[in-house]
Amino acid sequence: MKILVVIKQVPDSTTTIRVRPDAEDIERAGVKMVVNPFDEFAIELAVQLREKRQDVASITALTVGPAAAAEALRTVLAIGADDGIHLQDPAFDRLDELQTAALVAATVKDAGYDLILRGKQEIDLDSGQLGPALAELLDLPHVGAATRFELSADGKRFAANRRIEGADEVVEGSLPAVVTIEKGLVECRYPSLPNLMKAKKKPVRTVTAADVPGVSDIVGALGGTQVHRLEPPPQRPPGKVLKGEPAEMAAQLVRLLREEAKVV
Amino acid sequence: MPKLDSSPERASQQAPGLGHDLASPDFYAVRALLTEEERQVQETVGRFVDERVLPIIAECFERERFPRELVPEMARLGLFGATFSDYGCAGLSNVAYGLIMQELERGDSGVRSFASVQSGLCMFPIHRYGSDEQKRRWLPAMARGEKIGCFGLTEPDGGSDPGAMKTTARKTGGDWVLSGAKMWITNGTIADIAIVWAMTDAGVRGFLVERGMPGYTTRDIHHKFSLRASITSELFFDNVRVPEANRLPLAEGLGAPLSCLTQARYGIAWGGVGAAIACYREALAFARQRVLFGEPLIHKQAIQVRLADMLRRITTGQLLALQLGRLKDAGTMHHAQVSLAKWNNVRLGLDVARDARDLLGAGGISVECCPIRHMLNLESVITYEGTETIHQLIVGREITGVSAF
Repeated sequence: MKILVVIKQVPDSTTTIRVRPDAEDIERAGVKMVVNPFDEFAIELAVQLREKRQDVASITALTVGPAAAAEALRTVLAIGADDGIHLQDPAFDRLDELQTAALVAATVKDAGYDLILRGKQEIDLDSGQLGPALAELLDLPHVGAATRFELSADGKRFAANRRIEGADEVVEGSLPAVVTIEKGLVECRYPSLPNLMKAKKKPVRTVTAADVPGVSDIVGALGGTQVHRLEPPPQRPPGKVLKGEPAEMAAQLVRLLREEAKVV
Repeated sequence: MPKLDSSPERASQQAPGLGHDLASPDFYAVRALLTEEERQVQETVGRFVDERVLPIIAECFERERFPRELVPEMARLGLFGATFSDYGCAGLSNVAYGLIMQELERGDSGVRSFASVQSGLCMFPIHRYGSDEQKRRWLPAMARGEKIGCFGLTEPDGGSDPGAMKTTARKTGGDWVLSGAKMWITNGTIADIAIVWAMTDAGVRGFLVERGMPGYTTRDIHHKFSLRASITSELFFDNVRVPEANRLPLAEGLGAPLSCLTQARYGIAWGGVGAAIACYREALAFARQRVLFGEPLIHKQAIQVRLADMLRRITTGQLLALQLGRLKDAGTMHHAQVSLAKWNNVRLGLDVARDARDLLGAGGISVECCPIRHMLNLESVITYEGTETIHQLIVGREITGVSAF
C-alpha cells in the first residue's frame, strides 16, 4: 500500500499576522511557519497505519509552496514519511485551491497511491477544498473530516466515522480513496531530534511547472479565483465599564443589552 | 512581525523583511543565523516546553515535585546526549544543543538542570573518558532515559575549590574503596549511576558508582526556595567497594571533572537567556493590558525603559550564546569564554527575572507568574557550576595571567 500525505505550510497560530502595505499578501518576514496542524494529524495517521500493519510500503509527503516550505516537508519526513515531493515554482504561487488540486492531481495521477490523506482544513486560508477537489479530479471516493479511520485486513477497504449534527456517520468504501482528517482522530507525536537529522537524508523531489506536462492548460481550463486584496479585520471597539451602585449598573446593563446589543 | 507600537502608520514605515521580532523576542534576527536544522530543533523543543512543561511546572515548583513523567518524553524527543552521533543519539551541533537548553530553561531551570546533568555531566564523561564496555552499557540506556545519572563533585565543605575534596578512593586488591560525601547533587536520589570524583594517591579519578552498591546511600535536600521542581541530594560513601572496571580509565586529574563542568556551563549560558525570555514575555503581556492612571502601563516612560533594558540584555545574551556555540562547533572554544558567557547570561537572566517580578506588581509574587519562579531558580543557577565570582576570576586570570582565587 502506498500512502500520500498532502501537507501545507502555514503561519503558526501564535504569530501576529500583518497585511503587507501593498495588500497583496501578509508580511512573511519573521513569521514562524509550521505544518498545518490538521495535516499533522494526516501524517500521524499514516505513520500509525504503518506501525500497525505489514502492508504499508511507503509514505510520501507532498507540498505545494515556496522554497521555505521545504522545512515543513522535512518536519513531516522526521515524523515518519519516507520521501517528499515539493511542487515549487513561481507559477504555482497564486493558484487557488481548485487549481492547486489540479496541479497535484496532474503530478500524482499515475503514481498509484492507494490512500491520500490531508487535513480537513488549513488554518491560514481555511478553505478546506483541496482534499475534496483532489478526489474529484482523480475520480476517487472522498471522506471529509474523518474522526475514525480503519482499514480492512486485506487493505482493500476502509471504514470511517464523521461527526454530523446529532450523530456519527459511519461510512465504508474501497481504496484508493482520499480522506481528510478531523482533529482528535489521532494524537500527534513530536518529531524526535535524531529523526530530524535523518530526515535531511531522505529524498525530496522538486517538481517545477516544466516537470508537469500541460500544467498551464490543466490549471487554466479550470478558471478559478484570485485574491484581490487582503484587509486587516476592523479594530475591536473598546469595552464599556459600568459605574455606580449595583442596582444602577444592572439597570444600565439591561438598557445596553436591549438598545445597543439588541440581545434582550 | 509583532511590534510594540501597532499603529498602522508606524507599521508601514518599517522596512519590509527586516524581521525583527519583539515578541519572541528576536530583535537582532538571530534566528536567521541558525541553520534550518537548528531552527527545527528549537521549534520542536519549544513546542514540547509550551505543551508539556508549562502547564504543570508552577504546581511542581509549589509542591516541590520533580516532573519525572517528562523524562521518557524528553528521551523520546532525543534530548539526552543530543550532540553525540553514536549510541543512538541525534548528532546535533552544539548550537542546536544550546537551543535545547534555552528552550528547556524557558520552561524551568529545574527541567533544564535535569537534562544538563544527564547529558553534559554524566553522558559526556562516559563518552569522553569511559571504556568501550562502559559506553555500551550506559550510553544507549541513558539516551533512552531508562538510566538516570548524577554527578558528584561538590562536597559539604565547599564547591569552588574541588581540588581540596575530601572524598577518597583507596586501591584495595583489584578494587577501589570510596569514602566521603557529596552535596548539592542534582538527581542524586533517583540516579541509577553516580559519576563520583575522588582523590587517590595519583590525584583525582572518576568512578561509576551504581545504586545498590553496599555503603552507598543518598538523601534528598529539602526546604529549598529554589529549583523546587528538581531533585537535589546528598551522596554518602561509607567504604563503598567499586571495581576497577567502574573507574573512568581516561580521566586523570582535576581537568576531567572540570571539562564536564565546561559542558554544563556552556548549556547554562543558553539557559539563562531562556529564563529571561519567559520573564520578558510575561512582563510585556502584563504591561500591555494593565491600566494605571488611565492608560496601559506600556505608555509609561518608566515601563518602556525597563522593557527596553530587558530586551537589551536578552539580545546581547542571544548573540553571545550563539557565537560561543559557533566557536564550540569549530573546536576553538576556550573555557574562559564559557565562563564569561555563563556569568553574563545567568546574571542577565536573574536581573530580568527580578525586574519582571517587580513590574508585575502584587500579582508577581504568585507562583502563577513565572518571573518569581525563574528568579528563585536562578539564585541556584548563578551559584552552581561555578559561582559568578569564580567565573569573574577565571576571566580575570585570562586577562592578567595571575590566578587570584
